[in-house]
Amino acid sequence: MKIFYNGRELIVEDGSTIAGLLGRRGLNPDTVIVEYNYRLVKKEEWSSITLQENDSIEVLRFVGGG
Amino acid sequence: MSFYQKYLRYRDFDFNEFFNSVTVAEVGRILDKHRLSELDYLALLSPAAEDLLEEIAQRAHRLTVQHFGRTILLYTPMYLANYCVNRCVYCGFAAHNQIKREKLTLEEVEAEARVIAATGLKHILILTGESRHHSPVSYIRDCVKVLKKYFTSISIEIYPLEEAEYGELIAAGVDGLTLYQEVYNEEVYGQLHLAGPKRDYLWRLEAPERACRAGIRTVNVGALLGLHDWRSEAFFTGLHANYLQNRYTDVEVSISPPRMRPHVGGFPPRVVVSDKNLVQYILAFRLFMPRGGITLSTRESATLRDRLLPLGITKMSAGSCTAVGGRVKGEEPVGQFDISDDRDVRAMVSMLYKQGYQPVFKDWQTLD
Amino acid sequence: MKDVFHIGGKELTSRLFLGTGKYSSNQMIPSIMEASGAQVVTVAMRRVDTDFEEENILNHIPAHCVIMPNTSGARNAREAVRIARLARAAGCGDWIKIEVISDNRYLLPDNYETIKATETLAAEGFKVFPYMSPDLMVAKELEKAGAAAVMPLGAPIGSNRGLKTKELIRILIEEISLPIIVDAGIGKPSEAAEAMEMGAAAVLVNTAVATARDPVVMARAFGLAVQAGRAAFLAGPGATRRYASASSPLTGFLRED
Repeated sequence: MKIFYNGRELIVEDGSTIAGLLGRRGLNPDTVIVEYNYRLVKKEEWSSITLQENDSIEVLRFVGGG
Repeated sequence: MSFYQKYLRYRDFDFNEFFNSVTVAEVGRILDKHRLSELDYLALLSPAAEDLLEEIAQRAHRLTVQHFGRTILLYTPMYLANYCVNRCVYCGFAAHNQIKREKLTLEEVEAEARVIAATGLKHILILTGESRHHSPVSYIRDCVKVLKKYFTSISIEIYPLEEAEYGELIAAGVDGLTLYQEVYNEEVYGQLHLAGPKRDYLWRLEAPERACRAGIRTVNVGALLGLHDWRSEAFFTGLHANYLQNRYTDVEVSISPPRMRPHVGGFPPRVVVSDKNLVQYILAFRLFMPRGGITLSTRESATLRDRLLPLGITKMSAGSCTAVGGRVKGEEPVGQFDISDDRDVRAMVSMLYKQGYQPVFKDWQTLD
Repeated sequence: MKDVFHIGGKELTSRLFLGTGKYSSNQMIPSIMEASGAQVVTVAMRRVDTDFEEENILNHIPAHCVIMPNTSGARNAREAVRIARLARAAGCGDWIKIEVISDNRYLLPDNYETIKATETLAAEGFKVFPYMSPDLMVAKELEKAGAAAVMPLGAPIGSNRGLKTKELIRILIEEISLPIIVDAGIGKPSEAAEAMEMGAAAVLVNTAVATARDPVVMARAFGLAVQAGRAAFLAGPGATRRYASASSPLTGFLRED
């Protein structure tokens, strides 16, 4: 199944959740912000959201900046 | 928000206490500033600043030359009508004065225009008393249409109008407004304007802003010096000009410092404003608004006008006549006030050249 | 006299804002904040582009500090608005620095898009701090749009070249009633002091501190410079010159007769 991850196409297994995806990519949930289909979703929801074909997910992080 | 809110902020201000607190050192410090605050301007109007008048004059002169060059715009007033429903105690045209009332026909306007145009002047200021019956906006508009043929810039000094009426006159060719508040102190204003629509302080106070909203190109405000304490009146005039300039950045804002002159009705000035006071006012305003215009009328004498010239003046009237149709009618009609400088345009021009200034007859022209 | 800085609904004592970019380690941030006395820090938001563990910079920012996320990376108003909303939703408060840059050579802000983003975000209740090229008409539009302050650049971002736009910034200080915060370009503490002496409400510094040989000491220097400049502004500098008495006095006629 194809989704858009940070603007790029990514193939994920059917039935993947947001939490599962982040885990597989080695991301610590405490350091990132997730925008799922243009809506910010809280950490608590990540394991209950199952990704669908053509979903858009943006994984962001606060970094140093001026 | 209108200028009235700004006025209210200082209405109960203790001017005397402030003036007493100003030191010469403080004035010296202000002279070094790039940009003056409102209270800096007031400090320059204080008695303490009189000690540094020459230093202030040097700076005012340099600022004027820097921003305007050595040029003086010449204009002349034309009185269209002297019918007036107001009773302003200080004015020769006031309704209670027994003078001959008249208004120019369009043919007479044209005849006057020809006489003035022959002198080379291209900027004209037309005046009426306040009478919507005798000099309605439509009459003024018709006069403007006649004058358009002779002049590139037409300013009005008439009763306050609605915004849409200003728009109507601007569409007809008016580009400038002169409207003196006469007295900014609201209480004194009430005492001096006994009857007529001019009693409405706020309607008059906000008129220049209505003209700005309607798209006028130049606005000239002022207080009639001699009606009330000149220092605070000069202060409010400057604030008014600055307020308009800040909000309408594309409008050319200027002030006039008219001093009361003898006239029919014989109301003596309530306050004497000396030459020195007048100089201080002009200088302080120049430092407060380096790009603001300062208009000097023929109310002042030729000698004094020549000396005020380098201090910050940008516009002067020439060949003035304050009576309706005074230029073409044979008789000697009664003017609004007596003029002190009766030099004709040619004499003004030669005086300006002699002082190293260039007279400007035509500053601009709209292309339509 | 206590000089409290009221801005964006907060009361601050420090007028130095610090950026958090370009540090060799985020671990340094607490000591930088402490040395400078700064109470406002900017952070950026980025897509995670490497899938390895990175620390969360927010964990290094002292609790008393106001966090001002920026919209860096936004190329237009729409993107800036999106980033701002995400930052607020992520719990970073309602301050937002609008930074819209579509010019990759000089990194100059896009004033037009910045005004549009400011209008939208101010209407949504954000405290909007637009970073802009110093231009009077734009600053007036930002004021009208509801900005909390205006942040003109002193020189291009990261250039450390000082107050190249000084005259334009001076005009903004004179004409705009909002606080003027000089952002970008300040390379030395003396330049920060100069901006404050001119009447800037605050300065925002990042590169100059982050790339100093000793960032903590430089942070302290900037903190002191901003205080000194502010104090000088409040004190009102004395007259530096007197005009020599003129050979031809302009007011001599008043003494005649």
